[in-house]
Amino acid sequence: MRRRLRVAAAAATCLLGCSAVSGAEARYSDAGPEPVLAHVFEQIEQNHLDVAMQQVESLIKAYPKFRLAHLIMGDLLLARAGPIQAFGNMVKAPPGRLADLRAEAIARLNAYRDKPPANYVPRYLLQMPPDQKYAIVVDTQKSRLYLYQNEKGTPRFVADYYVTQGKLGADKTREGDQKTPIGVYHVTASLPRAKLGDIYGSGAFPISYPNEWDKRHGRSGHGIWLHGTPSNTFSRPPLASDGCVVLANQDLDAISKELQIGLTPVIISNSIEWLSLDDWEAERESLRSEIAHWRTDWESLDVDRYLAHYSKKFQSDGQNFAQWSAKKRQVGGGKSWIKVSTDDLSMFRNPGKEEMVVVTFAQNYRSNNLSNVMKKRQYWIKEGGRWKIAYEGAG
Amino acid sequence: MSLSRPRPLLSLAAALLLGALALPVQADSLQDASNLLKQGQKSQALDKIDQYLAGKPKDAQGRFLKGLILTELKRPQEAISVFIKLTEDYPELPEPYNNLAVIYAQQKDYEKAKQALEMAIRTHPSYATAHENLGDIYAQLASQAYDKALQIDSGNASAQTKLAMIRDLMGSAGRPGPGRPAGKVSAVTSTMPSPRPVSAQPPRAVPVPAVPVAAVPVAAAPAAAAPVAAAPAAVTKSVPEASNAGGDIGKTLDAWAAAWSKKNVKAYLAFYAKNFQTPSGSRAAWEAERNKRINKPGSIQVSIENLKVSQESADRATVRFRQHYRSASLKSSSNKVLVLVRHEGKWLIQQERVGK
Repeated sequence: MRRRLRVAAAAATCLLGCSAVSGAEARYSDAGPEPVLAHVFEQIEQNHLDVAMQQVESLIKAYPKFRLAHLIMGDLLLARAGPIQAFGNMVKAPPGRLADLRAEAIARLNAYRDKPPANYVPRYLLQMPPDQKYAIVVDTQKSRLYLYQNEKGTPRFVADYYVTQGKLGADKTREGDQKTPIGVYHVTASLPRAKLGDIYGSGAFPISYPNEWDKRHGRSGHGIWLHGTPSNTFSRPPLASDGCVVLANQDLDAISKELQIGLTPVIISNSIEWLSLDDWEAERESLRSEIAHWRTDWESLDVDRYLAHYSKKFQSDGQNFAQWSAKKRQVGGGKSWIKVSTDDLSMFRNPGKEEMVVVTFAQNYRSNNLSNVMKKRQYWIKEGGRWKIAYEGAG
Repeated sequence: MSLSRPRPLLSLAAALLLGALALPVQADSLQDASNLLKQGQKSQALDKIDQYLAGKPKDAQGRFLKGLILTELKRPQEAISVFIKLTEDYPELPEPYNNLAVIYAQQKDYEKAKQALEMAIRTHPSYATAHENLGDIYAQLASQAYDKALQIDSGNASAQTKLAMIRDLMGSAGRPGPGRPAGKVSAVTSTMPSPRPVSAQPPRAVPVPAVPVAAVPVAAAPAAAAPVAAAPAAVTKSVPEASNAGGDIGKTLDAWAAAWSKKNVKAYLAFYAKNFQTPSGSRAAWEAERNKRINKPGSIQVSIENLKVSQESADRATVRFRQHYRSASLKSSSNKVLVLVRHEGKWLIQQERVGK
C-alpha cells in the first residue's frame, strides 16, 4: 500500500514539476491563486510541510474566503499531530462539500499545468471584427475561462480564470436542466451590482442563449449569465450553478472592464480545440473566400449560382429552402444590377462536432430598385465538403 | 588582591548557607500552599503562596504554584502574566510555556497556545505533556480550518479543548539537569533529574493531502524514529518470597496496555491503586480527564518495550519501560516509570510518570 502511494507521489511530483518548467513560458497570467496552490502541493510532495503551511497561510491572507486553502490548512495542521489518511482528513466531513473542494483543486491545478500552447489559438475565434476588443472562450471540462484580445484580427491570450458551471455540467437542452449551454453567444447587457442579489456577487452579464441555432434545435431556457460569487466565499465548486458561468468577484471585475455589450463574444465549449496559427489562418481563409464568392455570385444576378451557396437544410423566418429559393427567384427577376459589400466581418466557429460558423457583418446592399444597410447574421455549415448557409437573418 | 578576591566567594557561600538553612521553612509553606490547592482551598492557597513569595519573590517554584492557583481561581490574566514572567526569567523551562498554552486554549486563542507549546517543545523536545497538548491544539486549529473550508459547524470549534496543565515545575519529564533555577528544593524530591535527555521524538507529520491529480494520499518517507537512549541496566533486587512477581508484573502491564488500547476505561482505571498519586487535582478529576482523553474518537494503540523491573519489596516495585503510544491525533514514544504496589495479590499502579 505504502509503496503504491509513493509511486503515485513520484508521478504527481513529476507532473507538478513539469508544470513549473512550462510555467516559465508564462502565457498564464499569474494573478490568481493557482501558482501558489501548485507550489503548495509541490512542497507537500517533497514533504516540506512547514514551507507548504507558510504558503497556505499566504494564500489565506490573500484570499481569506478561499475554502480550498482552509481545507489544505486543516490537513497540514493535522499532519503535524499524526499521520493523515486523505485529502480533507476531517472526521465526518460532509462528503459532498469535500468532493466539491477536491474537484476545485483538481480543476485549478489541471488548468495551471495544461496551459494552452503558446502559438495556438482557440479554433472558434476565426475572425474578430475591428471594433471588438476582446473575446471570451470557456472550456467547461477544464472549468476555465480564457480572455483574448483582438490584435488586428488575431487573438492574443490575455488571462485565464477558474469558473463554475451548471450543477449537471454542460450541453444545455432545456429549461431547468441545470446545465451550461455550449455555443457561440455574446454579452447582451450589464446588470449592476446594486440591482442584484448577493448570490451574483460583483455583477452580471446576460448572454444571448438561446441563439437562433439553439432555437432551431429546440433548446429552451433563458437567463444564462456570466456573474460573480456570493460574499461568503472566494469561489464556488466547479459544478454549482443553474447553468450560469460564475467567476470569482475579482476575476469578474477584471474582465468586466473589457466587455462590450452586444459585441463581445462568449464562446462556451466542452473542450477547446486549439489550432496552430497556420492552421487557423488556413481555416479562416477558406471560409472568407467562400463568403466572398457568395457576395460576388449575388452581384452576378445569376440566381442559381447565388442559391448554390444555400444549404438544403436552410431555414429562416419560418421559410425553408424551397420557399426561400422561390422568393429569391421572384425578386431576382426585377434586378438590373446589385452591389453588396460586407464590412466588419466576424466569424466564430461553433464548438463541437458539428461544423458550423456564426458569421456576422455589416451588409450594404444596393440595387436598381432597393438599397438596404443592415447587420446580417448567417450560420454556415459544412455540407458535402463545402461551406453552405443554413440560416440568414438580421444580426 | 589576595584579600579582595575571596570576599565575593565568601558572601556567596554565606548566601547559599542561609538559603539552605531557610529551606525547610520555605519548603513547608510551599507545600502548605500546594496542599491547600489540592484540597480546593484556593484563596487560602493564594494567601499562603503570597506569604512565601514575599520572602522569596524570585522563587520559580513559588511563582509557578501561584500561576496554578490563579488559574484555578479563574483569574487567567494574572496567571498569564505570572507564567509569561517565568518564561522570561527561565526560558529553559517547558512547564510555564505549557501552562500558558493551556490558559490560551481555554480562551480559545489557539494560535497563541500553539506558539507557547512549540516553545515548550523547543526547550525540551521530549516533553510528553506538551506534545500531547500540541497535538490537541493542531487538531483544534485543523477543525477550525475544516469548518471554514466546508462551511459547517462541527461543534469542535466551540467545544473547549481540555489540555493538561502541568502541576509540578520539575516533576514530570526526564529532563537534563542543567539550567535549574533557584528554589528547586521542593516537595518533589522523588524524581531525580535524568542524567541525559530522553531522545527527542516529536510526532513528525508524515503523510499528506492527496495529490489532486492522482487523488491519492501520498506517503512520504517517515521521519525515522530517533533511537532510544540506552536504558541503564536495571537494578533488580531479588526478593525470594516473590520470585514469580516479575512475571506477574509483566502480565499486569500487558493487561494495562491492552485495556488502554481497547479503550476500556473501566478496566484501565482498575489498574490504579486507591492511593494513586494523581498528577493533578483529585482522583475524580483525574479519572474524568483520563476517561475523556481515552474516549476521544479514533483508535489507540499502546505497547510496552524494554521492561525493567526493580522490586524493592514483596509488595512494591518500580518498573521502567518504553511506551509507544499512537492515537488519531498523536504518535509518541516515551520512557515511563511506574511504581507498583501489591494489594490483595494484585499489582496496582501507585505512581506514573514520564522519565527514567
